[in-house]
Amino acid sequence: MSQSLKPYLTAVRASLTAAICLQDFSSQLVERHNRPEIEVDNSHDPELILNPMVIARNENEKILIEPSINSVRISIKIKQADEIEQILVHQFTRFLTSRAENFFILRRVPIKGYDISFLITNFHTEQMLKDKLVDFIIEFMEDVDKEISEMKLFLNARARVIAESFLIPFD
Amino acid sequence: MSSPAAAIFQLGNLPIKDHVFSPDRSLLAITKSNEVEVYNVSSGKPVLVTTLRGHDKTVTSVDISPDGSKILTCSQDRNALVWENSTGEYKPTLVLLRINRAATCCRWSPDGQKFAVGSSDRVIAVCYYEAENDWWISKHLKKPIKSTVTSLDWHPNSVLLASGSTDGHVRVFSAFIKGIDEKPEPTVWGSRLPFQILCGDYTNETRAWIHYVRFSPSGDSLAYVSHDSSIGVVYPAGEGLEPRAVLNIKTNYLPFKSLAWITENKIVVGGFNCNLIVFEGDVSSWNEGYKIEQETDLTKEVAHDKDDDDDEEEISSHQALNMFKQMDLKGRVNKPSATSGSRGLDTIHQNSISSIRNYSPKQVSTSGIDGKVVIFNI
Repeated sequence: MSQSLKPYLTAVRASLTAAICLQDFSSQLVERHNRPEIEVDNSHDPELILNPMVIARNENEKILIEPSINSVRISIKIKQADEIEQILVHQFTRFLTSRAENFFILRRVPIKGYDISFLITNFHTEQMLKDKLVDFIIEFMEDVDKEISEMKLFLNARARVIAESFLIPFD
Repeated sequence: MSSPAAAIFQLGNLPIKDHVFSPDRSLLAITKSNEVEVYNVSSGKPVLVTTLRGHDKTVTSVDISPDGSKILTCSQDRNALVWENSTGEYKPTLVLLRINRAATCCRWSPDGQKFAVGSSDRVIAVCYYEAENDWWISKHLKKPIKSTVTSLDWHPNSVLLASGSTDGHVRVFSAFIKGIDEKPEPTVWGSRLPFQILCGDYTNETRAWIHYVRFSPSGDSLAYVSHDSSIGVVYPAGEGLEPRAVLNIKTNYLPFKSLAWITENKIVVGGFNCNLIVFEGDVSSWNEGYKIEQETDLTKEVAHDKDDDDDEEEISSHQALNMFKQMDLKGRVNKPSATSGSRGLDTIHQNSISSIRNYSPKQVSTSGIDGKVVIFNI
């Protein structure tokens, strides 16, 4: 783990632990509904939404945490240094979001400006342990960088092999 | 050190939102999704007596009347039911709450004549029995509540009612019902107490949601916990006067969900950090006493992560595929190197504590989202 990643992840871990303090909360507005307050238009009861926060490692890598009384939305922007990484990140997140129902906490559509979003509700924290959820997101953030750079290396290696074999006839 | 818990009951894995022991401590009632389960705990082991089925949405709160004869439940389906055991079987009676949103909390008054139900409808329904029609009817406390009522507590005189709500206010109302209540003795909260009079209104500077309010055993002070991890204690001076002291104790813990008074100078709080913490003090100041259990700091990274780094360098794409396959099973990562799978919290409760009740003078009972009811020695 590189030196600057560590404090970033430590900050994210502390903020997530504090943000994922959720309780069951039935809607004040709609009868017999129980909905994630962060996902609905809350102009009627703004007191249920807490202040969002952004933790940024640099302009390309940041995380947005939006807490509310019964749900937290976590959006991650993954590092994209060049066009190849942009394509890789796009394909990678697409692969994940198209399987969102298997991931429970994954949001099908990321928030604008971010690559992938998670939505954790009180029902998730009731079924799963909170520290494991935080671990999962931290681990995801650690691994996704590794994964992307690995794929990029693999892609470059493959491009080199193809170029070589393409040029053999002209040798 | 011996275990701080006198008894641990693991009652399934579903979240327990609220629990209550009957006054003779033989029965234990807990909420479990849409039902309420009643256990007999007199033998030391919980034996399921009956399951109360009548609500069609999550049951949010349960309480047993002071004489132990009736069980009160309320639910997100907007109803409250009074269960009476007359013929060996619990029979429900519907309460005319007249609310249009979820009922969030309910409490019997200490004299057993009335009870109060808080709701997301920004209303507290004070309910009493009307003999001529044989049903429970309610009167509403509406103003000036601006958001969901999260908790309620009765003053020992059964007239004053404290409420906490998500608009960040703690309010003390008079819930005097003509014909039911005797005229109460004057207290520090006021002397003339017609229905719906506001005897006190307190708030934090952060306007954080109030999770729980509780009168002290004498009823002369009031404590509350809010989402900004602080504990408030109010000492009123009398009608129309500024309170003698409004203390706000800020802490570094995760927010507390519940609290209980042990004595006039000692409260115990618990919540999202899964541990109980004792605070001691008086009208001049309150300070942290001690923790009931030792705990690890959740915000710190676990030490074993470092050792794994070398192995993880070589993670390949098919390993990643494996990882995601495992992640989709309830978000668990079962990499051979990660020991975190079996690691739990050091505390008895593995998930947040939802309610704390006084059990005996030196014991409190707690219930948690992890499906445990625990009796702690304080």
